[in-house]
Amino acid sequence: MTATGIGAPVRRKEDFRFITGAGRYVDDINRPGQAYAYFLRSPHAHATINKIDTTEAMKSPGVVAIFTGADIEADKVGGLICGWAIFNKDGSPMRAGAHPALAIGKVRYVGDHVAVVIADTLAQARDAAEKIDVDYGVLSAAADVTTARKAGAPTIHDVAPDNQVYDWHLGDKAATDAAFAAAKHVTKLDIVNNRLVPNPMEPRAAVGEYDIGSDSLTLYTTSQNPHVARLVLSAFIGLAPENKFRVIAPDVGGGFGSKIFIYAEETVCVWAARKVRRAVKWTSDRTEAFLSDAHGRDHVTHAELATDANGKITAVRVSTKANMGAYLSTFASSVPTYLYAPLLSGQYNIPAIYAEVEAVYTNTAPVDAYRGAGRPEATYVIERLVEVAARELNVDPAEFRRRNFVTAFPHQTPVIMAYDAGDYDASLTKAQQMHDVAGFAARKAASASKGKLRGLGYSAYIEACGIAPSAAVGSLGAGVGLWESAEVRVNPIGTVEILTGSHSHGQGHETTFAQLVSGRLGIPIENVSIVHGDTDKVQMGMGTYGSRSGAVGMSAIVKALDKIEAKAKKVAAHVLEAAEGDIEFKNGKFTVKGTDKEADFGSIALQAYIAHKFNGQELEPGLKESAFWDPTNFTFPAGVHICELEIDPATGVVTIDRWTAVDDFGNVINPMIVEGQVHGGIAQGVGQALFEGAVYDSDGQLITASFMDYTMPRAQDLPSYNVGMTITACPSNPLGIKGCGEAGAIASPPAVINAITNALGHENITMPATPEKVWKAAQASAQKMAAE
Amino acid sequence: MYSFTHHAASSVADAVKSVGEGKYLAGGHTLIPTMKQRLAQPGHLVDLNKVAELKGISDNGSVLTIKAMSRHAEVASSDVVKKAIPGLAALAGGIGDPQVRHRGTIGGSVANNDPVADYPAACLALGATIVTDRRRIKADDFFQGLFTTALEDNELITAFEFPHADKFAYAKFRNPASLYALVGVAVAKRGSDVRVAVTGAGSDGVFRWTDAEAKLASNFSASALDGLKASASGLNGDIHGSAEYRAHLIGVMAKRAAAAA
Ligand SMILES: Cc1cc2nc3c(=O)[nH]c(=O)nc-3n(C[C@H](O)[C@H](O)[C@H](O)COP(=O)(O)OP(=O)(O)OC[C@H]3O[C@@H](n4cnc5c(N)ncnc54)[C@H](O)[C@@H]3O)c2cc1C
Repeated sequence: MTATGIGAPVRRKEDFRFITGAGRYVDDINRPGQAYAYFLRSPHAHATINKIDTTEAMKSPGVVAIFTGADIEADKVGGLICGWAIFNKDGSPMRAGAHPALAIGKVRYVGDHVAVVIADTLAQARDAAEKIDVDYGVLSAAADVTTARKAGAPTIHDVAPDNQVYDWHLGDKAATDAAFAAAKHVTKLDIVNNRLVPNPMEPRAAVGEYDIGSDSLTLYTTSQNPHVARLVLSAFIGLAPENKFRVIAPDVGGGFGSKIFIYAEETVCVWAARKVRRAVKWTSDRTEAFLSDAHGRDHVTHAELATDANGKITAVRVSTKANMGAYLSTFASSVPTYLYAPLLSGQYNIPAIYAEVEAVYTNTAPVDAYRGAGRPEATYVIERLVEVAARELNVDPAEFRRRNFVTAFPHQTPVIMAYDAGDYDASLTKAQQMHDVAGFAARKAASASKGKLRGLGYSAYIEACGIAPSAAVGSLGAGVGLWESAEVRVNPIGTVEILTGSHSHGQGHETTFAQLVSGRLGIPIENVSIVHGDTDKVQMGMGTYGSRSGAVGMSAIVKALDKIEAKAKKVAAHVLEAAEGDIEFKNGKFTVKGTDKEADFGSIALQAYIAHKFNGQELEPGLKESAFWDPTNFTFPAGVHICELEIDPATGVVTIDRWTAVDDFGNVINPMIVEGQVHGGIAQGVGQALFEGAVYDSDGQLITASFMDYTMPRAQDLPSYNVGMTITACPSNPLGIKGCGEAGAIASPPAVINAITNALGHENITMPATPEKVWKAAQASAQKMAAE
Repeated sequence: MYSFTHHAASSVADAVKSVGEGKYLAGGHTLIPTMKQRLAQPGHLVDLNKVAELKGISDNGSVLTIKAMSRHAEVASSDVVKKAIPGLAALAGGIGDPQVRHRGTIGGSVANNDPVADYPAACLALGATIVTDRRRIKADDFFQGLFTTALEDNELITAFEFPHADKFAYAKFRNPASLYALVGVAVAKRGSDVRVAVTGAGSDGVFRWTDAEAKLASNFSASALDGLKASASGLNGDIHGSAEYRAHLIGVMAKRAAAAA
């Protein structure tokens, strides 16, 4: 390991600009003559639009234009798409309703886009929007999956009269039912995975621009995957051909999935820029973010786990209703299906699994991937089931897990996934030691003497990331391949630019990717720059989500670096007057085997460009290579989190006292950045478990539409984490890395709820476990104990 | 936000004279957000931030005077307050977060009479006098329901007079999202007179819990409240807590306040 190579805790190169306010986000971009867009949003969850009268609004000062869905339709511009086809049990395709960027004929959730006002200033646009007269025919709404699936529920999309988007399943039903019939014990659990609002620090924003000279569009947008945005806006929505369309995602202040998707607002901004011949800017305010960013999770599940006489798990059976919201967002359909059910085997050897998932339209904001996307939901199901089963069987929950761990690799689960490497027992054992589980009983007694209840909960999670082998996801319905691209440009004096299709919006790529290059080429880390987020600079790429940038994005860089090294060796052979086979490259130096001849990387780069020492017909001048990496498997980070907490039974307040996380992320590029990802992930998971929850009332009004009502976790709510690692290298990529971006958010919710239920001796509580819920559960538990 | 005119008042007299149909602007931590959301649209703002007469904290040995434009952070860190009524400094230190405490003012908070604000409970429990540009109002007469007070149009609060108490403490159960009071209970004892004021919970704003006052008057201790339950009727219920949970918390917070006083 070098000081700045793989494995070094290098400080983040990007932090200087972020911390000093020198970052450049979409809202910092202002184009000459720019106008501002304001979206008039539906105040109703479900209504027909009988008429939109913009006459008065058009007279309002500063108004440039007002557009409605009819204007977009007249331009033959398509609606937003869902890029993953899911098929029903009977083989028929899912029922996807149209998703116009501006509503046509009907609005389907509070916040749906009714019209856009473009004006010289934002205040003028808002003033004018208040003068638009919309004649709504209010319809009854279905704000949750149960209501939406009831007989007589209002139909949200005509293609799905009963609001069912699809009825999908995975696994062997007959084998699973048989295993349940033969089971010694069956554990049953009803689970709600609460709906979350992503809340990245930077709200979404877009600036669309049209250049009349080149007849081309530019879109600055808060995107995790600008190339995919361009592909969708070009090929599907039809705004402009890709060669006349540039998408730039500059600094992006967090996404957590919510900035993967292609939304109405950016579509409208860039479309309208051509109409009004001015740059058009929109920046979401926080209320709009609550209303219209794609939300996450929102599952209602019944789950069962069968065990035999030896306490071995024989089968798992799961039935889930997933809320899709009012429209299918870009990858929504994949989240409760292929990103969910294939993880239901957890870290365990489970011979039979059957999952059925019903996806449902409701009059709520669209739901799509949010940090972990499907895997947190699966982990919550299996880790709650396992915990409750252990308690029912009177087995220590850690022992019950150990007894059922997968121990031999590769391991084919009954639900698609082939786990390639891992050592689950190692993580559990290490976590127990670090946590001092042995001292728990004494700590519990100490809490009891203060009138407090103490509980300890495990979560042994596994997730699938490094998303994903293109052919495999294609066979499951994905509309795109999930490889990644890289280009390595060596400059004449040996500095390097890495152009990557990955996108950094908080992950630290400018540091970790540079570490890889610095170590590999033996050059100072300052000499490496990472270029990303601009379709005019970077060749096609697939972006960042699903903890894929390390495993997939960096693998593409490795492949390109292999080519650079091979080419540089050819140049070195000419320069050092030796046979190519005798050239060795190590620590930034080319040497000739058995001699003291050497040349450093920079001088060979220079020779590659001045091209005096070789025949330019036989060896191309220059030093620049590109590569595409398509993974051969998912990667499988896994680990064990232990949460220990105290409950004040008088108020129900939960205080997390210790947290131990032992993760196996494979090889680690920068342990400090990895630890930061774990910290942030746990905070989000604790947020889900204790605080966060998007609540709609029965009319479809979002009750939690601001931070006054939507509780985010704060620093004071979180303990100092104890983070450790075990390592089994990932066999399917050259760096042996698995991915760490989502693990914390996946692992932590069941650890918290298992700890609370452990403290209360009460078997179920729904997230978020607010003080009132915990207080009620504590009352019920105390009564139960008194009765026993 | 709609457009408005802004006048930085130089004195109390100037402020009262120039406010007209407009509104006073103190810390702006309630007024500005409602304007940004277009829920309030005053055409004119009279800014109190430069009025020297409205600043300062003093004590005469029996009465603590806090001028209206004192920020929560100033009250929380004031040695005068800490010496005179330490529980009041603690209350101010528990309002919102550091940003809120460095902008929000006692005058703005009490004038606004948000049913989940903290100061109203202290005013009521301590029997404060609210001093305005034109008169003196007893706390008992001041709070008149949700966001409603005895203030007339244009009436400006200039100061608060808190008579010292033998014992005073405030116990707050925070709304986890907003950090305002889900339930806050202030307990004050002055000789044989005990007052218990509850904020956060009442659907009509701050109120006195007379049952608890009677118990504490005969025995000022947390255990005196054992078994006493507040009634859930007339209490707020929302996603953060049902009326029944709030009623329970009133009991818990009253005990904690009594223990801390
Ligand atoms: C995130 C957040 C958290 C908060 N948490 C808490 C909390 O935990 N507890 C709590 O109690 N409060 C809380 N607050 C409220 C805050 O403490 C302020 O007290 C409150 O916003 C009002 O004070 P202000 O000085 O900001 O008044 P402004 O917003 O400037 O004014 C409020 C109203 O009072 C009027 N007004 C102001 N001063 C006077 C005066 N001297 N005479 C007559 N009328 C006047 C104004 O015209 C306006 O109508 C919170 C606020 C925020 C934004």
